Amino acid sequence: MGSWILLILVVVVVLWAISAYNGLISLKNQTTNAFKQIDVQLKRRHDLIPNLVNAVKGAMDFEKSTLEAVVQARNQAVQVNAAAGPDAMKQISQAENALSGALSKLMVVVERYPDLKATGNVGQLQEELTSTENRISFARQLYNDTATQYNTKQQQFPASLMAGLANAAAAQLWEIDDQADKAVPQVDLSTKPKA
Amino acid sequence: MSGESATPGPTLFQQQDANRHRTTLLVVCFVLFFAWLGFGGDYIYYLATLHNLPYETHHTFPWFGILLTVVAAWIAWYGYSTGPEKVLWSTGAHEITDPATDQEKQLVNVVEEMAIAAGIPRPRIWIVDDPAPNAFATGTDPQHAHIAVTQGLLDLMSRDELQGVVAHELGHIKNFDVRLMTTLAALVGVVLLIRDGTGRFFWGGRSGGRSRGKGEGDLGALVVVLLVIWILSWILAPIITQMLAMAVSRKREYLADAMSAQFTRNPTALANALQKIETSDAPATHLKAGAAHLCICDPLDRKLNDHPGTLGDVMASHPPIEMRIIRLKGMGYAQAKAEGHLPPDTPRA
Repeated sequence: MGSWILLILVVVVVLWAISAYNGLISLKNQTTNAFKQIDVQLKRRHDLIPNLVNAVKGAMDFEKSTLEAVVQARNQAVQVNAAAGPDAMKQISQAENALSGALSKLMVVVERYPDLKATGNVGQLQEELTSTENRISFARQLYNDTATQYNTKQQQFPASLMAGLANAAAAQLWEIDDQADKAVPQVDLSTKPKA
Repeated sequence: MSGESATPGPTLFQQQDANRHRTTLLVVCFVLFFAWLGFGGDYIYYLATLHNLPYETHHTFPWFGILLTVVAAWIAWYGYSTGPEKVLWSTGAHEITDPATDQEKQLVNVVEEMAIAAGIPRPRIWIVDDPAPNAFATGTDPQHAHIAVTQGLLDLMSRDELQGVVAHELGHIKNFDVRLMTTLAALVGVVLLIRDGTGRFFWGGRSGGRSRGKGEGDLGALVVVLLVIWILSWILAPIITQMLAMAVSRKREYLADAMSAQFTRNPTALANALQKIETSDAPATHLKAGAAHLCICDPLDRKLNDHPGTLGDVMASHPPIEMRIIRLKGMGYAQAKAEGHLPPDTPRA
């Protein structure tokens, strides 16, 4: 009888270990994938900017410096992305934030000239810029949410016991300059039922 | 239904958890009730024939429960394989493959953004030529999903509000809600079908049994009580299963609202969108009852959905819009408070 109980106990523990291990690996891969998605969106932004700038160059002759600042920030970001290794998140993030700043300045300029907005190209430019910026921030948001979930999981007991075996290390969160976007939501993974 | 009362406190993640737990509980109740209807009958019949003489009938194989399960599985499979196309066809939606106007481009952009936020592939995008603002999602899994919005929605909503509505629909897709609701509808359907079909069979079968001279006294008191409860269950089954299915549907609506808040981090925009949908009086002409449970708001404008605390609470597919707005505003408030700035209505560029 005693040996049966022992056997059942061992089976339960092994099953739990497998599922905890797999859960951690799955979250790890999701985190990696979410990080890749940010890259995809950043690349999209880098490819898009030259086209957009060309499209509005004529209409925005009087705001040349703003456009030039965007182009410059974009080239800088492309360089940093090409040169930096996978760990240079801080550098990439700085260059991209500079680009975001230049782009938002461009948006403000467009807002300032209602006539400009009425020009077909510029209206489209505005929509494309909004969408591009949104895509990047949503890709980052997904990464940060997934990474937070992964970090919480590997720190929480008892999954933390499997963290070493699954080679789990805390994923770095993407830092955001914008104050409004700074707060990382608290992810509650506990399974205790709520009223 | 006091558990459904709105508390503006919890964050969107807490609301998501709460709604997931409640759905699980409801689905477990649903499955147990369904099992009682099927295998419960087999068990009673087994008890009733237990003490029969060896040459008489012994009910040992639970054919009734298995039959019920097979028919339900078949209806559900039929629903999966034809549902999405049928719904899209019945609404007269046309697909946006090559966005032509600025409006269509914006819609495609918004859907792509939200697909990124949700971490799912971009669903196929459809527009329904209907002046009433509404939207629905269909498709059995995120890889084969469709999202449809009405022209009225595009005309009425700001970019942020459109984003909130699209995010709500992607929340349904990510949660496999279409699959869940199709399955529940199949179970409700099979209950109706079998009750109507076997009602006759049963009464016929019983009178046949009596003519064989089987005395009522042979049945134990337990069997009689179980049988009465079981027959009562069948009489009430259509109402009970429908109520459970609708309860699940309402929980999924709240959950999709909370998912929308997670994807956009802007619950106030969805609250505003719901307010606009609520106050718009354009009649829905293309969205028929078949697609109603998929929509962001009940397109049939049934009064059931508008009155908290009445019959609407148990038989409506959607929670009252007022309650949804209150909860979304609560999330917006909690978010603004966490970020240390109020008021909460700071739209995202």
